[in-house]
Amino acid sequence: MDYKWPAPDQRALIGKSITRLDGPWKSSGRIKYSFDVNRPGMLYGRMVLCPYAHAKVTKIDTSEAERMPGVKAVQIMFGEGKEVLWAGQEIVALAAETEDQARDAARRVHIEYQQLPFLVLDTTPDQAGAGSTKEMEEKTTGNPTSAFQQAEVTHQGRYGAQVITHCCMEPHGQVSEWNGDTLTAWASTQNVSGIGGEIGQGVGTPASKIEVITPVMGGGFGSKFAADTWGVACAQLAKTAGRPVKMLLERDHELMVAGARPSIYADVKVGAKRDGTLVAWDSHSWGTSGPAAPGAPPLPYVFRVPNSHVKHTAVLTNTGPARAWRAPNHPQVCVITMCALDDLAAKLGMDPYDFFLKNIEMTGERAKTYTDELVKAAELFEWKKKWHPRGDSGRGPIKRGVGLSIHTWGGAANLSNCAATIRPDGSAEVAMGTQDLGVGTRTVVGIVAAETLGLPLEAVTVKIGDSRYPAAGASGGSTTVGGVSSATRRASVAAVNELFAKVAPALGASPEELEAVGGQIRVKGNPTKALSWKQACAKLGTTPVTGTGRTSRDLTSAGVGGVQMAEVAVDTETGVTRVQKMLAVQDCGLIIDMKTAESQVYGALVMGVAYSLYEEKIMDQQTGHCLNPNMEFYKLAGIGDVGELEVHMMTDPANDSRGVIGLGEPPVVSPGAALSNAVANAIGVRVPYIPITPRSVLEALGTGKGGMA
Amino acid sequence: MSHPSSKPPQVGRNRGAEERPAESDPHERAASDPSAGFSRRAFIKGTGLASVAMSATVLLGDEVAKAAGQAQAGGPWVGPGPVEVTLRINGQMRRLELEPRVTLLDALRNRLDLTGAKKVCDRATCGACTIILDGKPVYSCTILAIDAAGHDILTIEGLASEDKLHPVSQAFVNNDAQQCGFCTPGFVMSCKAYLDGEPHPTYEGVQKALGGNLCRCGTYMGIRRAVLEAAEKGGRA
Repeated sequence: MDYKWPAPDQRALIGKSITRLDGPWKSSGRIKYSFDVNRPGMLYGRMVLCPYAHAKVTKIDTSEAERMPGVKAVQIMFGEGKEVLWAGQEIVALAAETEDQARDAARRVHIEYQQLPFLVLDTTPDQAGAGSTKEMEEKTTGNPTSAFQQAEVTHQGRYGAQVITHCCMEPHGQVSEWNGDTLTAWASTQNVSGIGGEIGQGVGTPASKIEVITPVMGGGFGSKFAADTWGVACAQLAKTAGRPVKMLLERDHELMVAGARPSIYADVKVGAKRDGTLVAWDSHSWGTSGPAAPGAPPLPYVFRVPNSHVKHTAVLTNTGPARAWRAPNHPQVCVITMCALDDLAAKLGMDPYDFFLKNIEMTGERAKTYTDELVKAAELFEWKKKWHPRGDSGRGPIKRGVGLSIHTWGGAANLSNCAATIRPDGSAEVAMGTQDLGVGTRTVVGIVAAETLGLPLEAVTVKIGDSRYPAAGASGGSTTVGGVSSATRRASVAAVNELFAKVAPALGASPEELEAVGGQIRVKGNPTKALSWKQACAKLGTTPVTGTGRTSRDLTSAGVGGVQMAEVAVDTETGVTRVQKMLAVQDCGLIIDMKTAESQVYGALVMGVAYSLYEEKIMDQQTGHCLNPNMEFYKLAGIGDVGELEVHMMTDPANDSRGVIGLGEPPVVSPGAALSNAVANAIGVRVPYIPITPRSVLEALGTGKGGMA
Repeated sequence: MSHPSSKPPQVGRNRGAEERPAESDPHERAASDPSAGFSRRAFIKGTGLASVAMSATVLLGDEVAKAAGQAQAGGPWVGPGPVEVTLRINGQMRRLELEPRVTLLDALRNRLDLTGAKKVCDRATCGACTIILDGKPVYSCTILAIDAAGHDILTIEGLASEDKLHPVSQAFVNNDAQQCGFCTPGFVMSCKAYLDGEPHPTYEGVQKALGGNLCRCGTYMGIRRAVLEAAEKGGRA
């Protein structure tokens, strides 16, 4: 069978700007998210959290809580003798008739702890001490020592990116309901096909008896892959009480433990020849992922500097653990690399645009992509008109500046399965156990199926978000669009071929000679020999046909570039940075839906502004607590904070021929570096870390040279 | 428009008020006599919305319940146990029995299954719980349900009938002003309230009017376009 994507001039839907299918459900407020599911007799769950960052649980007494009004089930999740590694660890779960009764009862759970020493600050390895650090592998490429000796210009600086949280609008959690020995879980998850097994392990039920339902979900960004303590607790409480239980995390709980992006900081030294050729890189990086020490981050980023030495030290802290945050590691190492290179360019007296182009071959196989994107971005942004040497920003207190950055991501397809069914009455449906995090997955599946069946989009029913459908991979790492689009394509081709076989005799042709176009099954190139879709489906008799398909590497690939430029105005009296404009130029292979693709990139820019200027999970070493587990002081960007945003998708035959590649992560990588570079260009000194707050701007101005030691 | 259906799947087979006999549950029954709540509304007018809501922000837990009871001394309220309250929601009188400490948001979501308003920050920051009270957009997470008696409450469910989309909702769809969509109903309500008072929105006006709502997916560009389109096409409908 011929599965390949239709040629560009033969596409009715793919690549067009198509409105998302679930838009009306959402903007009318009618669709039920997990948090909105209300079941008859449903109880409200709540968890009792450990207030200490490091402690041993010595005694748990739930007897008073059990006697509180409305309480129907109490479950110990983290027993006596266990060691708590972060404040917010869930110790006891309970369920009561109302939310308020659950809250009252939680206060009557008595837990005793033996407090232990803790570290919650992601301080330097020296300050953290050997007991709280772990050295990761050191790596040397080429000969950095002699390269630095031969370098004509060198620069040293410290850069970094803070710990932030996911802060999904819908918190983690689920509603659980048992019917005999089978469980239904309405879960806010990025992993509909996967979490049933985890819940089942927790409650001793085979995954085959657990149905996970997630028609829509309120954001995940990498934090919602697992069933988690609360998922298991919710199912267990429902089982004990014999009633449905809703357990969605409170906002403070959500921000304390349900996901953090690791911090990464680095002391960097870079060297170049006077003509701008980059020759050497040295970095010692550190940062915290909580109590664990995952691998070293990829430094230097994108540019494969011929001579380099990198070393990474993990700082182990008693903080809520790291979870994948949209493009894990990339935004942080992008800040470290692109800001160091920008400072080096400033020292060389070069426009960073020229400096990046001068060294673009070091980006390897994507050098041409980056070159094309830089040229396009400079044209759209009027870079050459806006850029000025540092410290040349006019006389008033408001300084303007521009900055740029480049990034990369893989985005290979996850493993997904799809079933496409055509029924004798002409109805068609595609089903897969994937999920739509808000990125447009449902719409993409519909577009591919409709395109393949030659039908309008509204003629295809898209069934996703249920673990009873064919298994699909978790949505992470920009892997979903490739997985679902290729699986849907193959399943739909298989189904329509079954239909061709039934219809061919009536058209006096062989099945291979048929095509499905414009609501007809017809002989290729001969519109007069055709049956309407309905007529054709009637030939099926009484039995529907189903085609199945799975992810295909022939229809997808991996590896993208991307360039972003930012313009800011910084008030040097107040330290306030205002975003004037951001531009993203992005490639992602073949685009299925231009409208939702562009929305992904716009959204990434907004998220980027938030983590570059506002967001920070602030920890207090005195108490071990997160000081801002709420949305007043854990700040997101508002509609007035983001300036003008522009998105340009690279759609040319070369990109088209690469097949489908994921888009969720790449555009969120560069904003930190682009904005930091714009601020440096505006005020003449480097603010070493993001977020770039009024205080850090004033501090950088006060020390004169800032990060440019 | 190319949508297979404007009706969402009936996930969760939610307990809707209409699925229950009107008088079967003391927590949730339509008031047969709209005048029954008159004296309470008159009382609430006297105490004012702000004072009780403010006390809720500074007191904690049991104290709130006590304070609520004390605040009503001399009135018809008895706290901290459940009290009767009648709310006018989307033009319908709804009688509820709930503890004085229950917020309007929790009453809407947990008692009436009106889940369009979302609970996100639960402390008047993010705007996901925005409803329209007497024509003004307010955070329903920071108003006690008992304080909403006597006021006109409009939730997103009241914007349009089941099979229709309000022009503001339609503009959000057309301009892809939503991704995960969890903040969207709040934005739609803020936008509707803004356009009701401002038929000719300006860029600056939009930034201000919607500055009390937050979106995590980053749909602001679409929202800016949606507000302008809704104004052109009759957002006041």
